[in-house]
This record gives sequence, C-alpha cells and structure tokens, in this order.
Amino acid sequence: MFDDDLPAGESKSPAGDEVREPPESESDTGADAGRDTGRLEWPLWEVFVRGRHGMSHRHVGSLHATDAQMALKNARDVYTRRREGVSIWVVESRAITASIPADKEAFFDSSETKIYRHPSFYDIPDEAGAM
Amino acid sequence: MTLDGRAANDPLFDYLCRLGDGALILGHRLGEWCGHAPALEEDIALANTALDLIGQAQLWLDLAGRIEGEGRGADDLAMLRDVDEFKNPLLVEQPNGDFGCTLMRQFLFDGFHFHLLDHLRGASDRRVADIAAKAIKEVEYHLARSSDLVVRLGDGTKTSRARMQGALDILWPFTGELFEADIVDEAMLRAGIGPDLRKLEVAYRLHLDRIVEAATLTLPEVGSWQRGGKSGLRHSEALGYLLAQMQWLQRAYPQAKW
Repeated sequence: MFDDDLPAGESKSPAGDEVREPPESESDTGADAGRDTGRLEWPLWEVFVRGRHGMSHRHVGSLHATDAQMALKNARDVYTRRREGVSIWVVESRAITASIPADKEAFFDSSETKIYRHPSFYDIPDEAGAM
Repeated sequence: MTLDGRAANDPLFDYLCRLGDGALILGHRLGEWCGHAPALEEDIALANTALDLIGQAQLWLDLAGRIEGEGRGADDLAMLRDVDEFKNPLLVEQPNGDFGCTLMRQFLFDGFHFHLLDHLRGASDRRVADIAAKAIKEVEYHLARSSDLVVRLGDGTKTSRARMQGALDILWPFTGELFEADIVDEAMLRAGIGPDLRKLEVAYRLHLDRIVEAATLTLPEVGSWQRGGKSGLRHSEALGYLLAQMQWLQRAYPQAKW
C-alpha cells in the first residue's frame, strides 16, 4: 500500500534490513522489474498487553504497522478483541536487544545450582502482598 | 415509507429497520474482505468492524420485530425480506471497490453513524437509547480508525491520494440521503427519538471537513444527490446481488438452523 512514490531517503529502512528482505519468490522477476521486487514491508512491532487482573504487561506477539500509533490500533484489533486487556504497549522490534542463544550457558547455567537465591526459605508476611 | 403504508402506521418499525439494515449491509460488505485485505492486521480489523455492525443489526432488528408484533425476529427480517423492503442508505450497499473505496465508504458512514447514535442514546424510548449507548462505544472506535486511515492514505503517496480522491468522488453523492428528512425521520423527531438531521449534518461536517482537509482531499461538486435507499424505493442494483449471497441459504433451505 505504501510501496510507491516514497521520498528519497525513505525508500530503505535504516535498520533491521535483514528481516525486510523480500522472499525468494518475489525477487525472481529480475532487477529491471523495479520497485515490485524491493517491496517495502511495514516495520515489525512487539505487542505487550496487561490483562484485567494482570499486574504487568506481557508479550503477546507481534504485528506490522507503519508507525507507533498504527501499531497501537492494530494491536487493539489483533490482540485484544476477546477482552484480553486493559492496557497495550507497542515497541518496534528492532529496538529490542536480545541475548544470543549461543551465550546461553554463560548467561544462564551458572545460576542453576544456586537455589538459595530463591526466596523459598523465607516466610513472606501477608502484609507484603503479591510478589 | 413503504408501499403498503406501514410507515404511516408505525414509523418506529421503519426507523429501526433503517438502523438495523444500515449496520447489517455494511457489516456484510466488510465481511466480503475477510481473507482478502491488503494486510493481515487490516483483515482482522475489518472483520472486527463487520462483527460489531452485525451485532448491532441483530439488536435493532430484534427490537423492530418486537415493535411490529407479528412474530418476526431479527433473523427473519435479515434473511427473508427482499430488496425494496430493505431500508439501509445507498451508501453502505455500494460495492467494496478497492481498499480505498472500502475505507472511504466506512469513513463517510462512521461519522454519520457516530453522531446519530450519540443523539439516540438520549432518545425518549429507553429500548432505543440502550442499544445506542452500547453501539456507540464500538462506533467511536470505527470512526477514529477510519478517520486515521483516510488521512494516512489521502496525505500519503501519489497513488494512495489518487485512489482516495477517486473514492470520495464516487461515494460523496451518496451521503446526501443521510441528512434528508422524510416522513419517517420527521415522525421520529416529533416522538423525541430521532435527531434533527440538519443539526446532525452540521456536527458531521465539522469532523469530516477537518479530516478531508488533513487528507489533502477535495469534496466534489454534486450535480444530483443519490437517494432512495432508506425509503427502500430505489436501491442500487448492487443490493440485489448482496442479498442473493447473504440470503441464499435461508432461501434454498427455509428454516435451516445451525
């Protein structure tokens, strides 16, 4: 829908190009076929929804939108149509820095034997509420 | 006004059919996009809107059936009436066209729908007011969404702007009927139910003009406004095809249930 007549400088996304590569099937028409081969996908957004009784926003999925306001509206339509939520956050996927799967052992395994870091050996007073 | 003179007897029945049919026919049109919209997100949003409208149609037509008192329910009214008994405005039965046309039709109707319901929730008839109060929450979002997209696409690329202007040129002449009071509208105004349509038009244009300007579009000059939908007397050819598809199951297998 927004794949034509883009002003110069906006025709390529500044980052996250690897997720925007057109699929093979769309790029076999040759370079001369022009814009159609470089079809610009809308940026990807991650959606977080806080449920009626939830205390925090939880990641529920992702969607495409041209900007944050459209992402919010789309999130409302895609992820809260069954009264799942009372609040929505959206964040562009490329803004998220994720841990690398190869680092898993160094990142996470060392805590495996340290069960004393769980608060399971303490009695939590009722007044403290939900934790 | 129906040919059998029912409008003279019970304008509320006709008025409720107008409300119900407008929502039903537009809901059906939007449902035609299901699985075909240009993006997954739009597809789901259109289907949501369609379901909102069909839900509202159910409430209006159910009440219409009770007012009529001849044992017809919402399903009977929706599935077993023919073209000239439908009272929806011509605007909503217009074919989907491209996505721009669908959006423009939605925007032009949403504004009217919102202001109408806003008035109806204060109607003297409690049953009407209750349905309007429920429906307006949905329609407020419909209007926000379609207004937003009309601005984005109108003030978008050369292509999207041309399509939105084309859609406005085609559909604008169908909006005149929305604000032309006839015998049913006048009866509803007197009964403290329906709005003064001239005042409604002023409120409608206030929002519409702002959005059209922001979308860099121009309202076309209209030589002759289209009318004949809400009276049922002169529907466009498109409605016949729509009903053929919507009603075929009840017509082919009368009383079928699932």
